[in-house]
Amino acid sequence: MTTNLANEGATRVSPLYDPKVRGIAYQVLLGLFILFLIYEATTNAIENLKAAKIASGFGFWTVEAGFDINQKLIEFSSTGGSTYGQAFWVGLLNTLLVAAIGIVFATVFGFIVGIARLSHNWIIAKLSMVYVEVIRNTPLLLQLLFWYNAVLKPLPDPRNSVSLFGMFFLNNRGVVMPNPIPGPHFNWTWYATMLAIVLWIALSYIARKRQAETGKRFPANIIGFALFIILPLIAFLAAGSPLGFEYPKQSRFNLTGGMQIYPEFVALLLGLSFYTAAFIAENVRAGILAVSKGQSEAAHALGLSNGQTLRLIVVPQAMRVIIPPLTSQYLNLTKNSSLAVAIGYPDLVQVFTGTVLNQTGQAVEVIAITMLVYLSISLTTSLLMNIYNRRMALVER
Amino acid sequence: MNIFLKAAAFGAAALGLSVTAASAQGVLQKTKDRGQVVCGTGLGIAGFGMPDEKGVWKGIDIDYCRAIAAAIFNDPMKVKTVSLTAKDRFTALQSGEIDVLVRTTTWTMSRDTSLGLNFAGINYYDGQGFMVRKSMNIKSALELNGASVCTQQGTTTELNLADYFRANKMKYEVVAFVTNDETIKAYEAGRCDVFTTDASGLFAERLKFQKPDDHMILPEIISKEPLAASVRHGDDQWFDLVKWVHFAMLNAEELGVTQANVDQMLKSDNPEIKRLLGTEGKFGEMIGVPNDWVVRIVKHVGNYGEVFERNVGMGSPLKIERGKNNLWTKGGLQYAPPIR
Repeated sequence: MTTNLANEGATRVSPLYDPKVRGIAYQVLLGLFILFLIYEATTNAIENLKAAKIASGFGFWTVEAGFDINQKLIEFSSTGGSTYGQAFWVGLLNTLLVAAIGIVFATVFGFIVGIARLSHNWIIAKLSMVYVEVIRNTPLLLQLLFWYNAVLKPLPDPRNSVSLFGMFFLNNRGVVMPNPIPGPHFNWTWYATMLAIVLWIALSYIARKRQAETGKRFPANIIGFALFIILPLIAFLAAGSPLGFEYPKQSRFNLTGGMQIYPEFVALLLGLSFYTAAFIAENVRAGILAVSKGQSEAAHALGLSNGQTLRLIVVPQAMRVIIPPLTSQYLNLTKNSSLAVAIGYPDLVQVFTGTVLNQTGQAVEVIAITMLVYLSISLTTSLLMNIYNRRMALVER
Repeated sequence: MNIFLKAAAFGAAALGLSVTAASAQGVLQKTKDRGQVVCGTGLGIAGFGMPDEKGVWKGIDIDYCRAIAAAIFNDPMKVKTVSLTAKDRFTALQSGEIDVLVRTTTWTMSRDTSLGLNFAGINYYDGQGFMVRKSMNIKSALELNGASVCTQQGTTTELNLADYFRANKMKYEVVAFVTNDETIKAYEAGRCDVFTTDASGLFAERLKFQKPDDHMILPEIISKEPLAASVRHGDDQWFDLVKWVHFAMLNAEELGVTQANVDQMLKSDNPEIKRLLGTEGKFGEMIGVPNDWVVRIVKHVGNYGEVFERNVGMGSPLKIERGKNNLWTKGGLQYAPPIR
């Protein structure tokens, strides 16, 4: 009885003095206060916009834009009556394009430089060091202007293009090359390619399983690659080579026809890739140095070759150190692509928060959308990299 | 907790501050309290608004601001200039960062309405033109099919360009830059065949080129570009003041009141001049400034004709003819309602 009473007394402390209840109460109060601030700010902005008779809302999305953009992955022209909404997609796709290709370039180049910095060859190691230090310690904006002005601008004008086989042309308007035009049965080549990829994946799965069970090895990658080349080729030839080319022609001002890669795109891509590669190189170096030397020695003692040691022992362990900072670098590259405004590349910021904002005057909406887009891109990249990281992370048993 | 609180408060404050267009106190009173007119200008267009070698801003747009300051403070130097790119200018005005925007800005219907602006006096009648290299051997803008065109983004220029090529069924490639200087650099480096902006801008920018004579301006003017000062919606007193400063300068020119003779004109018997210079009536008070406001403007800045000649006309390196910008009495479009 007495113990029961004591227990009851302990649980029936006034909620006013219960630290748990108090903590929750504080959190709720703070939450309400923040909500109130957001509400106030939003209504304040809306009221002020109304009072100043500034248009608001998202009605502009379907209004005809009336301007043009040079680089576009989807159809966009003032002649076709394209809308501000379409301008947004053009800008977004351009941002994603330069970010995606930039990430691939930066990763490949970053890994090469990172490994080269650890090379036993003195010249290669020092060259990599100089590269990393120079690139890392100068502003990216400056580098973009350098690529755009100092490297691309001295190229000849379109009437004096540098030409290769009369098909590829290089001038100060960019690179112009033949535009492939797929014929009627070209789809079969795509199907064959997809089939080859599926076969390749299946083959390496079976090979891995067999090796785990029997220890016998099977050159799955070589055969898979051969399939990847041969299958589409057979499909292509069987369909009667259904691929034509539209060749660029010299006209009064520019080369017309053909596919054009704009100098703004090239400058931005080079700038972003080389800049980010310098940081990735340092991550890679750190990752490799983090794997203790005993690991490679043990691998060698087991009779693994240098390549196998690197591929099977060092890199998988190094990746654990490399991936988290690599994610930040990918995010940086994507966000830095907004520096495109400085060199006239029509990315999301240039097109949407530039021309569209100015023509519609709806700063609040446009900036909010743009911020949401960058947030989504960054969160998606983080998510994918986190999944990859979880696969690579040390599994503790 | 504390940090969250601060961040939230800061975020909310920033959001709330971003739009402070409608406030109880008028712009004129705020200007008087501040002791300065805050004037949105460009990044440097010769003749319209550009710092001279001593760093003093000069130009027809700047003189408009100086005239406003002269009317309020009797001191034309009480102007603070804020340099804005074409794409930032409206946001700066909407958010209250500047009092008045005088930045070679074209008066259009959408800007006048949905952007929340009111356009006051048109201080320059302009039109869009094209510049090309002489070596291209082009005589007309209709020969520009397939050309690459450099232009500044966030301008009516960008839209007129699309309209013109569409109307004439020509193709083109547009390369748009944020600032005028980047646009010109790209054109000079050969990235584009054509540079387009308002005709006055073409003349002004050509002066900056290394070899101005290698470039020519095509005869076609493809648009109407009435360049005007603008203020925010919702403050009619300030709108009236900005509008009437321009009209006063026009009326002064029309009545022959100049910087040199304004003191003698004070003794004039002409009732129109008497009303203009405030020796009769209380016209200054109607817009919230002393009655000798026009005397101040003309004495410190000059009449419209003097401002024009000094900045863009024959007294300047640009040497632009008065043309449409002449008074209506001399065949131009500049026409001011009477002061009475």
